[in-house]
Amino acid sequence: MRRWRYFGYRLLLALPVVFGILILNFFLIRLAPGDAASVLAGESGAATPEYTELLRTKFGLDRPLPEQFVAYILAALRFDLGFSFRNDAPVSELIFARLGPTVLLMITAFTLALSIGTLLGLLAAVARNTWRDAVISVATLVCYATPGFWLGLMLIVIFSLHLGWFPTSGFENIAEGYEGWERVVDVARHLAMPAMALGLFYLALYTRVMRASMLEQTGMDYVVTARAKGQSERRIMFGHMLRNAFLPVLTMAGVQAGNLIGGSVVIETVFGWPGIGTLAFNALQSRDLNLLLGIFFISACLVVIINLIVEILTVFLDPRIQA
Amino acid sequence: MSSTVLDIQDLTIGLPAGADRSSAVQGMNLALRAGEVTCLIGESGSGKSLAARAVLGLLPGPRVSVTAGRILFEGQDLVSLPEREMAKIRGARIGMIFQEPMTALNPLHRIGRQIEEVFRIHTTLGTAERRGRVVKLLADVHLPDPEKIARSYPHQLSGGQRQRAMIAMALALEPKLLIADEPTTALDVTTQAQILHLIHELQREHGTAVLFITHDFGVVADIADQVAVLQKGVLVEAGPRDAVLNAPQHAYTKALLAAVPRLVVPDRPPATAGLVVLESVDVRKSYAAKGFFARGRSTQALDGVSVQLHRGETLGLVGESGSGKSTLARAMTRLLPIDSGDVILKGEGITHLSTKAMRPYRRMVQMVFQDPYASLDPRQRVVDIISEGPIIHGTPPAEAHTRARRLLGLVGLDPSAADRYPHEFSGGQRQRIGIARALAVEPEVLVADEPVSALDVSVQAQVLELLADIKAELGISMLFVTHDLRVALQICDRIAVMRHGAIVELGPTAEIFASPRHPYTRALFDAVPGAAWSQGAEILTPAE
Repeated sequence: MRRWRYFGYRLLLALPVVFGILILNFFLIRLAPGDAASVLAGESGAATPEYTELLRTKFGLDRPLPEQFVAYILAALRFDLGFSFRNDAPVSELIFARLGPTVLLMITAFTLALSIGTLLGLLAAVARNTWRDAVISVATLVCYATPGFWLGLMLIVIFSLHLGWFPTSGFENIAEGYEGWERVVDVARHLAMPAMALGLFYLALYTRVMRASMLEQTGMDYVVTARAKGQSERRIMFGHMLRNAFLPVLTMAGVQAGNLIGGSVVIETVFGWPGIGTLAFNALQSRDLNLLLGIFFISACLVVIINLIVEILTVFLDPRIQA
Repeated sequence: MSSTVLDIQDLTIGLPAGADRSSAVQGMNLALRAGEVTCLIGESGSGKSLAARAVLGLLPGPRVSVTAGRILFEGQDLVSLPEREMAKIRGARIGMIFQEPMTALNPLHRIGRQIEEVFRIHTTLGTAERRGRVVKLLADVHLPDPEKIARSYPHQLSGGQRQRAMIAMALALEPKLLIADEPTTALDVTTQAQILHLIHELQREHGTAVLFITHDFGVVADIADQVAVLQKGVLVEAGPRDAVLNAPQHAYTKALLAAVPRLVVPDRPPATAGLVVLESVDVRKSYAAKGFFARGRSTQALDGVSVQLHRGETLGLVGESGSGKSTLARAMTRLLPIDSGDVILKGEGITHLSTKAMRPYRRMVQMVFQDPYASLDPRQRVVDIISEGPIIHGTPPAEAHTRARRLLGLVGLDPSAADRYPHEFSGGQRQRIGIARALAVEPEVLVADEPVSALDVSVQAQVLELLADIKAELGISMLFVTHDLRVALQICDRIAVMRHGAIVELGPTAEIFASPRHPYTRALFDAVPGAAWSQGAEILTPAE
């Protein structure tokens, strides 16, 4: 009961953050020289001042700033994030069409990195200073130092071009018209390499954090207590240390979830993944300001949501939090 | 009746190369009998904890290990026992409790589950039966509402409750031997007295042999049947408690015993009460959850405290953890903002002075802190640490440095210490540096927050002596915060006993000692370990 109240409280705390993002967004538009009307007028080639003025009235840009602000907030609450003139479609429509693939990619990469990273870190800590630890350490260092896009390209060269195991790009094979499970398998085959390219860096990072965290737990008093009870080393490891050691990893992963979105821009471009990253890249190239700000808002919301989930997870794992 | 449970023979524990000595414990011989408490006493670094851990095969890592000797437990040599067999003995036939009840329990598991684990490992009991045994154990260690405690997490219990849970865990399978490594050192005196009583009670009931590691002779006087004194890894004296305490043979034991502060007021001329130097008037301070979305209850750390410190006197603030004694000391130095009330230094209200206006007054009040390891900047030379204050207040650096070297002489260190770094000194020496640092700006008031609590008894006595000398020589006033009544009696002219953020009793030391009026003060005196022995009386073997 108290736990649910706590979640409600955290959710409540997220609202001002989202509101803050909206305010920032609104003023970011205003900071750019010129307004949407002049941009649009410029786009159409030769626009008369009268035409520009007409556009201004049409978009409400001639009204006082507070009024515009209220209108903007109200619109945003209805998920109306403006109109992308480049794509000739509402921004929200464009984004929501692409949200699914990006969220799928992010969650897959995140889960892979966290689970395998934790496992490898655990293995390295257990086998400290043996050849297994050395292999894991070197491998993580290499992954840590390799840029994601290069890794992506290498994956394509090896696994698509040479071995032909995975498709080079895209979200699914539309031409085949798969249904049901066949479609799931198809999407998974397309997902494998981008998720790996995106997640490998974080996997390496979590491995290192987990290893350090495990080694730190080794010296803790409660571990000695468990040993003094006659508990076996394996049980001490999995029953006592694992959860304690995992907490810092989870906290760090939560903070870094935002970086995954940034990373997905590059990875999606490399793999032609039809997600927000590709959309952002195109919007950037064509200076589609409204669309960019919409993406900024949605990805900020995503980060807030991920942080919320991580926080809730932490509460379930650590009884000390919530008092 | 007494059969030998544990027989330690010629035990030597090797240390890795580069340590200050080649072995942590050297050729130790000790026998523990059933139903007896054997106290292994020694100062920090004496190897007493390692000796205890060696019995359970819990020495840290491959670099510290038993290099010679045997540890016979019920006739079986534990040193040569394979790990698998050792695990069967741990927890089942030898139980262990540790110093820090805060960290010795897994913070993520419920108390009940952690105790149940012992049954899970060593018995084939069913779930319901295990649960029942856990609740019974928790009741045996006198925890209120054992069902609820079993469902609680460690952070929901107090230190004393946690230590009781640890004892329940260690005694779950009625082991023949209990190893207790400073189990009461981290606890308040009244809690300590209860825990000692509990260990004693359970041990008598079950005929358990106890190896009790401690540094406190008061505890020894209260609980021991046998005493063994360890000095730098060598067992210098062992024997029945009364013999060792009343007629020590070895010079080291004698020196240790002489250094233990007694629960008596030493003869000294009554301090002539001068004018009031530092005063708090109705000071209040509460710690509350702060912030925009603040929730939770606030804690009243100081609840309208008024106290006066006279020129040339030492005023003791005595109390248990959470009593507000340190908060008061910090409030009076204005290191901590207060909610209401006034702090008056030499007739000037300094409560609301700005940082800049406060600066000249800062010089007049200086602090000495508890932890000599954390209170000195590790990257500064000693001379720079000491002269930083005077330089801030306008003394030319060259002169400040010369004075710093002189001060080192005053606190009993060689002036050549000036050019070294803090890590090169022992705890006691660092505390001397801390005192020199405080004295450097020629303060009128010295605020000492538990200045000897982190030190070994022999060092403690020296530092206390130094503080008394300095006070007499320089005529400064001292506010002395401590949890240890014995120390307070040694050094303070007047004592203020604090509880729950308020002063419950304040008076001259001799009066407080001779006729404490407040029941809490009496309880504190009663809880002092080895109270009777400490007063100089010969120990009588207690009735069973």
